Amino acid sequence: MAGLHKSDIPNPVLNWIDSRLPIITMMQKEYGVFPTPRNFNYFWNFGALAMVTLVVMILTGIFLAMHYQPNTTLAFDSVQHIMRDVNYGWLIRYVHQNGASMFFIVTYIHIFRGIYYGSYKAPRELLWILGVVILLLMMATAFMGYVLPWGQMSYWGATVITNLFSAFPGVGKYIVTLLWGGFSVDQPTLNRFFSLHYLLPFVLVGVVFLHVAALHIVGSNNPLGIEPRGPQDTLPFHPYYTAKDSVGVCVFLIVWGAFVFFAPNFLGDPNNFIEANPLQTPADIVPEWYFLPYYAILRSVPNKLLGVCMMFASLLVLLILPWLDTSRVRSARFRPTYKWFIFLWVVSFIVLGVCGAHKPEGVWVILSRVATLYYFAHFLVITPILGKLERPLPLPESITQSVTGRPLESH
Amino acid sequence: MAESSASTAHGGSHGHPADGTKRDTLELIAGAGAAMLAGGIGWALIGSMNPSKDVLAVSSVEIDLAPIPTGQGITVMWQGKPIFVRHRTDKEIAEARDVKLSELPDPQTDKSRVKAGHDQWIVLIGICTHLGCIPLGNKPTDMRGEWGGWFCPCHGSQYDTSGRIRKGPAPLDLAVPPYAFESDTRIKIG
Repeated sequence: MAGLHKSDIPNPVLNWIDSRLPIITMMQKEYGVFPTPRNFNYFWNFGALAMVTLVVMILTGIFLAMHYQPNTTLAFDSVQHIMRDVNYGWLIRYVHQNGASMFFIVTYIHIFRGIYYGSYKAPRELLWILGVVILLLMMATAFMGYVLPWGQMSYWGATVITNLFSAFPGVGKYIVTLLWGGFSVDQPTLNRFFSLHYLLPFVLVGVVFLHVAALHIVGSNNPLGIEPRGPQDTLPFHPYYTAKDSVGVCVFLIVWGAFVFFAPNFLGDPNNFIEANPLQTPADIVPEWYFLPYYAILRSVPNKLLGVCMMFASLLVLLILPWLDTSRVRSARFRPTYKWFIFLWVVSFIVLGVCGAHKPEGVWVILSRVATLYYFAHFLVITPILGKLERPLPLPESITQSVTGRPLESH
Repeated sequence: MAESSASTAHGGSHGHPADGTKRDTLELIAGAGAAMLAGGIGWALIGSMNPSKDVLAVSSVEIDLAPIPTGQGITVMWQGKPIFVRHRTDKEIAEARDVKLSELPDPQTDKSRVKAGHDQWIVLIGICTHLGCIPLGNKPTDMRGEWGGWFCPCHGSQYDTSGRIRKGPAPLDLAVPPYAFESDTRIKIG
């Protein structure tokens, strides 16, 4: 088995390298000629967009860390120093700050894509689970990153979120002290959040690698949700999908740039322009927009412990989605009833987001309870039952037949 | 295959028929050793995240009560948390005592919340028991709510002059920190 890899790269230097470490062969196999379904729509751009965002976030983050001070007396000022004094500091920081929102937008659309087209179903369950792990890691990273500027919302957001763990009976108090490294959110908390905020993105890179590796074993799903039946159903990844992804990346960077240059603080909270003050709570504590739906679920339950459990469950339920869905048809395009329930689920998620931004009073309480109820019923009741009851539309014979309208040529 | 030939060779040269058991024992010892090592490393690393000695060292503060006029309160920091120390008027004390326990969501007598002989001083952890906001009411110019104690601006919880919850979403009375009078005008918290 051991010995040089037989490389067919013509360039002698590259051939010498590739014979000893066949990374060029691997890249060609996985990103060059990799057979990819020919019928992707633009929803299939969002994985690549998330990848681009992750790289940009790590790059800008490394340069921000060269100027940032993880110290309660210096953190707020060091961020102002980045904004005012550091060359292009304002640009790097605004790209990073808005990048967090962009990351969640593309990831949420990527997840919707997976749910709508049934990308989580066999044999892609593990691929999906790795994706949920990525989402959880992203959320932890984003939360800790938001604490670093040490504004009022940073401080009180950290206080409220870490206090969630106090809901667990018995051990809760000790968990919170352990997280804080003291008796309140303070210097040790800020320092460790900085350390972990720097570490977790690299853990993310590792899990993303596994996510992509698993994808390249089972292959991509596609809008029809049927497997390619031969070479006529696929295209090489390069140049077809490198080109299509590039179109999406350009549009995405325009949107991101529009936020950075024209509305850099549109998605932020004005309270974070005030330095953290442990003695004064802002009138309203709200998380960043991407956490609002989960915050609404938390507050929709009158019992603190149950609310915390429901909030975590709303994410963890995704892990078992491949086994909750009993339908054998992947794509909702061929599931006339289920399709509408998915749209309703998206509506419930958005309603939860709106509720999360309002004080839990009056109609918002009722709305958030109804939406929470549907959010869970969709996964735990409707998805398992409907899969058995629904009569799906007839599936096309093959991808080629569906996209060209011609029946398969005999071969 | 390699295993069986190895065990035969060992068994033959050392004359131990139960050589497999010896190998199992070695594996168990090695495994247990590695587990203990990993546990020890984990213990130290996670332990390093708990409050350090300097944080624990400042876990008590002393407060001079002499400058606080009647009817006013001060806020001091203890373990990173705000502590309310309020010098109550006779009227406020009377109001706090003149209430039926059955009317309270979290029933506690005013006597149990102050030190005997120092009824005018109420010492509280100034963190709303609802979602951790800091209630208003230490300054006479602050909003103090219907019961003249403290008022939380976040979600409208109202506390009386004994720091007991009277109205609003907070489930519990404001907590009383551990403290003791060192003299008539000096307390030590923690």
